[in-house]
Amino acid sequence: MRVLKALIAVVALILVALVVAQVPGGQSLLGIVLPYLAFAIFLGGFIYKVVEWARSPVPFRIPTTCGQENSLPWIKQNKLDCPSTKAGVVGRMALEILLFRSLFRNTRASIHDGPKLAYGSNKWLWLFALLFHYSFLVIVLRHMRLFTDPVASFILPLEFIDGFLEVGATTIYQSSFILLAAVTFLFLRRLVRPYLRYISLPADYFPLLLIFAIGLSGILMRHVFRTDVVTVKELAVGLATFSPSINGEIGVIFFVHIFLVSVLMAYFPFSKLMHLGGIFMSPTRNMANNNRMVHHVNPWNDPKIKPHTYAAYEDEFREFMVDAGLPVEKELPAAAPEEKVPAAEETTDK
Amino acid sequence: MYGSGRVIPSLIVFVGLMTFAIWYNAGKAQQLPDPEKPAEYEECVRDTQFMRKSHMVLLHEWRDDILRKSGQRTGVTASGLRYDRSLQKGCMNCHDDRKKFCDECHDYAAVTPDCWGCHLEPTKEAR
Repeated sequence: MRVLKALIAVVALILVALVVAQVPGGQSLLGIVLPYLAFAIFLGGFIYKVVEWARSPVPFRIPTTCGQENSLPWIKQNKLDCPSTKAGVVGRMALEILLFRSLFRNTRASIHDGPKLAYGSNKWLWLFALLFHYSFLVIVLRHMRLFTDPVASFILPLEFIDGFLEVGATTIYQSSFILLAAVTFLFLRRLVRPYLRYISLPADYFPLLLIFAIGLSGILMRHVFRTDVVTVKELAVGLATFSPSINGEIGVIFFVHIFLVSVLMAYFPFSKLMHLGGIFMSPTRNMANNNRMVHHVNPWNDPKIKPHTYAAYEDEFREFMVDAGLPVEKELPAAAPEEKVPAAEETTDK
Repeated sequence: MYGSGRVIPSLIVFVGLMTFAIWYNAGKAQQLPDPEKPAEYEECVRDTQFMRKSHMVLLHEWRDDILRKSGQRTGVTASGLRYDRSLQKGCMNCHDDRKKFCDECHDYAAVTPDCWGCHLEPTKEAR
């Protein structure tokens, strides 16, 4: 079972953190060494991947056309789904990146009695993907309260909005629970739908389970097991100022949390999660569909190689072609010394 | 590399965003909170580590116990001292300066508890 492999991996990671946090020196390893290492892998791997993609040639204009392309003046162009200008491309990319427009168009095929095939709108994936990504963003941003001293100014309004419900002794953040709900949906979706389960790999389940475990360990740390936030922040700011130290008692749950986050960071650039960078690099989205207006030249064409027409080709190989019995458009001249003159006459005739 | 005019600046922006905490804190010494401890008392109602991580749980327990279950209004510490199970009359009896005690850590960790929406900080005269 592919889902089992991913589950075992996540459980094993949690157990590793639980054990290592008890070993002498293990807390420094989990809290200081591995986060630095993982962050370096994350940044280095991210840059490596993006540069690798940027080095890959895209010889053709291959934007996906999802609407009417720019055509005759009385035919209305769909400027966002088939952009022909830079502004259109920016609009299309912005909608894709900020609002997941392509997921919004998701349809679901179903077979009814008859048999009839029907396609219906299916917005669940879009909705939960949107909730998931934006909660994740809010969570990452508000974690900056632990990394900035004095606390960065954007944090307080964010904290206020995210903790708006004011439930509990340490106020709950909506985003934590929305994230868990959304990631659960995305996971169950793969598990419940047979056709999705069929195409899902451990690499699809693993990030979902890992993020679920990160979210859950964070919630447990804040609301159930609790840990001394001042000591945690001292360590976090220490990490950001390259003078990390663990002064005091930090609960084991914190080390589980930070270890899983380190794993996520190190895993990020080499997995499907790289769609964070990849979405910007998608040639099917970031190109304008202006094939009919602009002459696109293959970017690595050697300018020294001139166009070679068929007429020139035949001039070059006419003798051999005639010898081989191949048809030629222009017969061989009768006599060799007069070769050039009739050829010139013929071109002027035309 | 193709499109390096767009890719390289984007990567620089990305790395800048990801390392926000590093350059935000650069050159600033970390100001650790230093809550002022009461001079005349040695121990709190529970041990320090518990108070550091779970004092808000204790406050909620007191609230639920006293207001909803008509529980005891006083408690006894490990060494036998009696105390009021109350924020204003208990905690702030010893930790009498909100600015120098509560706010030290709360500001450091960007925590804004809603205690002061209803409770008043006791004035020096009232004590």
